[in-house]
Amino acid sequence: MSEMLNITINGQAIQVAKGSTILEAAHQANVTIPTLCYMKDINEIGACRMCIVEANEGRGFRCVAACVYPCTEGMEIRTNSPKVLDSRKKTLELILSNHDRKCLSCVRSNNCELQKLAKDLGVEDASRYDGERIEYPIDTTAAHMYRDNNKCVLCRRCVAVCEKTQGIGVIGANDRGISTHIGCAFEKGLGTTACVSCGQCIAVCPTGALSEKDFTKEVFAAIADPNKKVIVNTAPSVRAALGEAFGMPIGTNVEGKMIAALRRLGFDFVFDTNFSADLTIVEEGTELIERVTNQGVLPMITSCSPGWIKFCEHYYPDLIPHLSSCKSPQQMFGAVTKTYFAEKMGWDPKDIVCVSIMPCTAKKFESSRENQSASGYPDIDYALTTRELARMIERAGLQFTALPDEKADDPLGIFTGAGLIFGATGGVMEAALRYAVEEITGDKLGAEAIDFKEVRGTEGIKEATYKVGDLEVKVAVVSGLANARIVMDKIRNGEADYTFVEVMACPGGCVNGGGQPIQPGSVRNFNDLRALRAKALYDQDAAMELRKSQDNPAIQALYSEYLGKPGSHKAHEILHTSYVARKVNF
Amino acid sequence: MSKKFSTLPFQGTKQQEEELVAVIEATKGDPGALMPIMQKAQEIYGYLPIEVQTIIAEHLNIPLEKVYGVATFYAQFTLAPKGRYRISVCLGTACYVKGAADLVTRLSERLGIGVGEITPDGKFSLDDCRCIGACGLAPVLTVNDDVYGRLTADDIDSILAKYAD
Amino acid sequence: MKTYEELKAIRERAEKEVALRTHGGASSRYERHVLVCGGTGCTSSGSMKIIAELEKQLAAFDLTDKVQIVKTGCFGLCAKGPIMIVYPEGSFYSMVKVEEIAKIVEEHLKNGNPVKEFLYEETLHGDHIKALDETNFYAKQHRVALRNCGVINPECIEEYIGRGGYEALAKVVSSMTPEEVIQTVLDSGLRGRGGGGFPTGMKWKLARNLVPDADIKYVCCNADEGDPGAFMDRSILEGDPHVLIEAMAIAAFAIGASQGYVYVRAEYPIAVQRLRVAIDQARENGLLGKNIFDSDFSFDMDLRLGAGAFVCGEETALMTSIEGNRGEPRPRPPFPAEKGLYQKPTILNNVETYANIPQIIVNGAEWYAAMGKDNSKGTKVFALGGKVTNTGLVEVPMGTTLREIIEEIGGGIPNGKKFKAAQAGGPSGGCIPAEHYDVNVDYDSLAKIGCMIGSGGLIVMDEDNCMVDIAKFFLEFTMDESCGKCSPCRIGTKRMYEILDKITKGQGTLEDIDKLEELCNHVKANSLCGLGQTAPNPVLSTLRFFRDEYIAHVVEKRCPAGVCKDLLQYTILEDKCKGCTACARKCPASAISGTVKQPHTIDPAKCIKCGACIDTCKFGAIIKK
Repeated sequence: MSEMLNITINGQAIQVAKGSTILEAAHQANVTIPTLCYMKDINEIGACRMCIVEANEGRGFRCVAACVYPCTEGMEIRTNSPKVLDSRKKTLELILSNHDRKCLSCVRSNNCELQKLAKDLGVEDASRYDGERIEYPIDTTAAHMYRDNNKCVLCRRCVAVCEKTQGIGVIGANDRGISTHIGCAFEKGLGTTACVSCGQCIAVCPTGALSEKDFTKEVFAAIADPNKKVIVNTAPSVRAALGEAFGMPIGTNVEGKMIAALRRLGFDFVFDTNFSADLTIVEEGTELIERVTNQGVLPMITSCSPGWIKFCEHYYPDLIPHLSSCKSPQQMFGAVTKTYFAEKMGWDPKDIVCVSIMPCTAKKFESSRENQSASGYPDIDYALTTRELARMIERAGLQFTALPDEKADDPLGIFTGAGLIFGATGGVMEAALRYAVEEITGDKLGAEAIDFKEVRGTEGIKEATYKVGDLEVKVAVVSGLANARIVMDKIRNGEADYTFVEVMACPGGCVNGGGQPIQPGSVRNFNDLRALRAKALYDQDAAMELRKSQDNPAIQALYSEYLGKPGSHKAHEILHTSYVARKVNF
Repeated sequence: MSKKFSTLPFQGTKQQEEELVAVIEATKGDPGALMPIMQKAQEIYGYLPIEVQTIIAEHLNIPLEKVYGVATFYAQFTLAPKGRYRISVCLGTACYVKGAADLVTRLSERLGIGVGEITPDGKFSLDDCRCIGACGLAPVLTVNDDVYGRLTADDIDSILAKYAD
Repeated sequence: MKTYEELKAIRERAEKEVALRTHGGASSRYERHVLVCGGTGCTSSGSMKIIAELEKQLAAFDLTDKVQIVKTGCFGLCAKGPIMIVYPEGSFYSMVKVEEIAKIVEEHLKNGNPVKEFLYEETLHGDHIKALDETNFYAKQHRVALRNCGVINPECIEEYIGRGGYEALAKVVSSMTPEEVIQTVLDSGLRGRGGGGFPTGMKWKLARNLVPDADIKYVCCNADEGDPGAFMDRSILEGDPHVLIEAMAIAAFAIGASQGYVYVRAEYPIAVQRLRVAIDQARENGLLGKNIFDSDFSFDMDLRLGAGAFVCGEETALMTSIEGNRGEPRPRPPFPAEKGLYQKPTILNNVETYANIPQIIVNGAEWYAAMGKDNSKGTKVFALGGKVTNTGLVEVPMGTTLREIIEEIGGGIPNGKKFKAAQAGGPSGGCIPAEHYDVNVDYDSLAKIGCMIGSGGLIVMDEDNCMVDIAKFFLEFTMDESCGKCSPCRIGTKRMYEILDKITKGQGTLEDIDKLEELCNHVKANSLCGLGQTAPNPVLSTLRFFRDEYIAHVVEKRCPAGVCKDLLQYTILEDKCKGCTACARKCPASAISGTVKQPHTIDPAKCIKCGACIDTCKFGAIIKK
């Protein structure tokens, strides 16, 4: 056990581990200290000064920033003295004087850390320190999001996550003093940069400065259009997080209520992306076996994560041949819907509006990519985030928590546990292994061998080696693009002998995607969202009867009725795509 | 105090680029090399337009935004070219209390440009600067490397006349 | 150079030369030394042309072998530049013109008769010509940090050694333990001269002991003199660069560091160049590099140029900047002694602090501690500027009164004006009003009146300076220089500036003064780094001592000093106006009316306050108030 320190917080004596910050100690004492800039491990900069407390280390009480100030033996801390509360309030009022305060029309109203602070700290006059304020144009250039510096509080959480977690760094602090603002090099639009659209910046933003491009209005309109067949599919991880938007505990699986809500919103068919995740496994698994047997380019790397794909195109264009040519589950879903399912229903694909609900903002970019229109029409018309779905449910007045649990429609709503675990890092790998082992060895995996636990968990880089028949299959599972850099550099330098690599852009995989419900810093800093949400998926998988993609009857039907066999010419036309090399700079 | 961009087309030469790349290569492995490189680049090109910052970013394998963030933080880095004659008025305390602001006003009137700007013919640029340490001569201004001290606004015309060519 | 013996040999040779400049009569190879200031001030006023002319004239009079020209660093009396001193007499020629050189060479250097008409008037006392150190400006000074400035050629390592240079390093390396060095510095009572006033020895001790297993440690020097109006660090770099190298090497020995960085303002080209020359010389002579004085001790150093950011004077910002980033400060703790440059134990001292170190080592802690007052030991260099006759650099024992510095050394306020206040410590400091003219200038006495020594800028203000305007000037400076990282400083300084601006424009209210004071206290207590924590000081101290001026601006809409343009009223004094109509004809706004030979009047609504009428009036009948 590590060395302990004796301290008092508001007169309450506690013991904390040496190395704890005041913020952590207070949390241990069940006191929440407000923060704006603090983000554990990646943004410990003490900049916003909202977490000011008074600390006495024997030389009298001084104001210090709790988020970065370490506890020392005998320290006395006051977290709610009049001086502390007054300091926080004045700092907040200064921040508000430089903020546009358009709460009523802000996407983050009611889920805004700044707004909550204003309420908690009792700000009576938000205009108290008003003065000159620089007006910034809203950056609308990116396919997936808006950047509105008029709402930015310069906490720099977005900068930290972009640079440190994702290893990208297309946004940063420019200029200085009161002119300091977050922007791209030479004030270019985000959409013109090597931003990969992962949306992690949005997920950590405490205010409405960063937000996804919202297509809820368009989707409501499509639903209301009698000439349109509006089909919806929901990604695996949406069910693991949507409940948070309605106050449910993190990690609640709300699949049934989600389906009920979608039906009540008026979608013609409520399907599941898990179906096309199973399809991806069969198609991608076939491609892998193909590459292994015919000396193709190895390691093969997964292509489900559009943020990852764009990252590879910008930063590792020379390694594009390693990418699986399979479309992502979202795109496969749209492609199958507008071809196979349209044919089955006797619909013209032009009348179909395919909507996907994704934990992801990069899906908005992906759906607009070239070579993603199997039917001649875009595979996906609207890619909505989990947050946008929550917004639709709220707008429609559906009492989400009171909805009954329902099941998705047939046939594209049928899935196995393998498709379901796509939502967590390692899930694609595990699903692929469940497929490949049976394909290569010809033996059925027993219940005892179906879990590949080595590739589970929130670790950023996981490695494992499996003996599959005569083959030794060496795999790597990566999440978070800064980790991807490490692995990609190894591959580029010939220092890695992996057979198959799974990469997810977002740390922890899709469950922690940039389109998921936003949890404030106070929650993120003390809970592992990745693990809590992933557990919901693994629990559901464990309880399922069908746990291997190849056992999905709807997939079997799709191949036998329409595509022929996996990797067939037709399958390639509909389910595969291509990539382009992109530049890092302008 | 946001920085002004250049609207002029970039006219860097191959030779300048080679010089810059040589500087960058010579500092490889020094983690703190970015600023010395940028200072050298500004010496070579006179300013730091996007083309130059991109060369630096790509050779150091760092985000362009990082270079730009540094360029816009420090007063001495400029994104726009300076005039052939760079006029810089010291606005340090000693100069200020002795009337340096009047020098700026007069220069601005005579040149028809504001602080941070360049005359359309590219001849003069006008800047203010922090204390250059010639406080004993306050107020002072510099034109390129020439220092003029103990000035009043009425000295401005004769100083400008020296750069009539 | 490998041994102490070799150093001694060089010293004995060089000592003879430089001694001519201090106690005369020594056995220099030359009859006379002509020292010309090559500091920034004098270079700006043309000293390089003086040197060229001297060379020409010496050749013409065939004196090249008899007279040595020495380009030195700053003498301190920048107001009188270019400065030239002739030894062994110590004759002080001020504001030297190129045309005067021929005469000086012929009459003084050839014939031995100083040219009185070109000498600094203060040195003339009837028939007696005072030597430099007898003048008021120098007599009261006590030069420790500046002891070689204006005495040696800074680009000649031998002259530095001739003045006892590198003696301290030799002593430390050959006969002291790091602990003894640290103890000596502790005992001397030396405190940081950059503004913070933290005991230097304590800083070194922490850096030596906090991380016992550190693989590398750094010694840094803050030469990013940011206080506009302070230039002592620049003068030391220009006049005596080796003292910094020697002191940093001693510091490195004491804490166990092997690499040093000097972070110096790029605006100081002469200092940068001289420091580069000095570093090269030190390396060539084995005083930097591996196994210094044949010991286990190795140390080398590099320069890093700042790029114009005042905040980089803050220690963590400076280190962030050396690392190649935006110069934004980091929270402390951890302090640099534990995690500094590249997260390694680091000490940072400023130039003037280092300049004291070799003297402390050579002469002992007691010698140093005997100077100064109470907890402020030793001497301090001040940059005297603003409304004072002798602007320049002065070094006095800590605790000298402000009155002595300004009246006796500085020669008082010019033009018969009255002393109003002195701003000490630049944008981080505060003003000292006339009622505290006799305050002892040391750390504690100034702190008691809400002021600080800071880096030693001392700007004198007279009755023509408006204190609200001065506060606004400093706030504009800190607002522009705020790095933008923490909210209170980024937004608070801007809002404070806006309120001050309102007040100087006559749009302020009494509530604004309260709000200003409230913001000052908030920004001071809540900012991340020293810049924000001290930015409100100029406002707080002017509010404390000159509140009536603020109130005059707000209530009477009047600027008592006649500075704030928007509040000025131009008035024609009826009894003085002759009705000549000159002003009415000159007025660009046709704001002046009246009939010939009758007193005129100014229409305040039309007046644009350009001042043309005042310049035109021959009778002094127009005043602005």
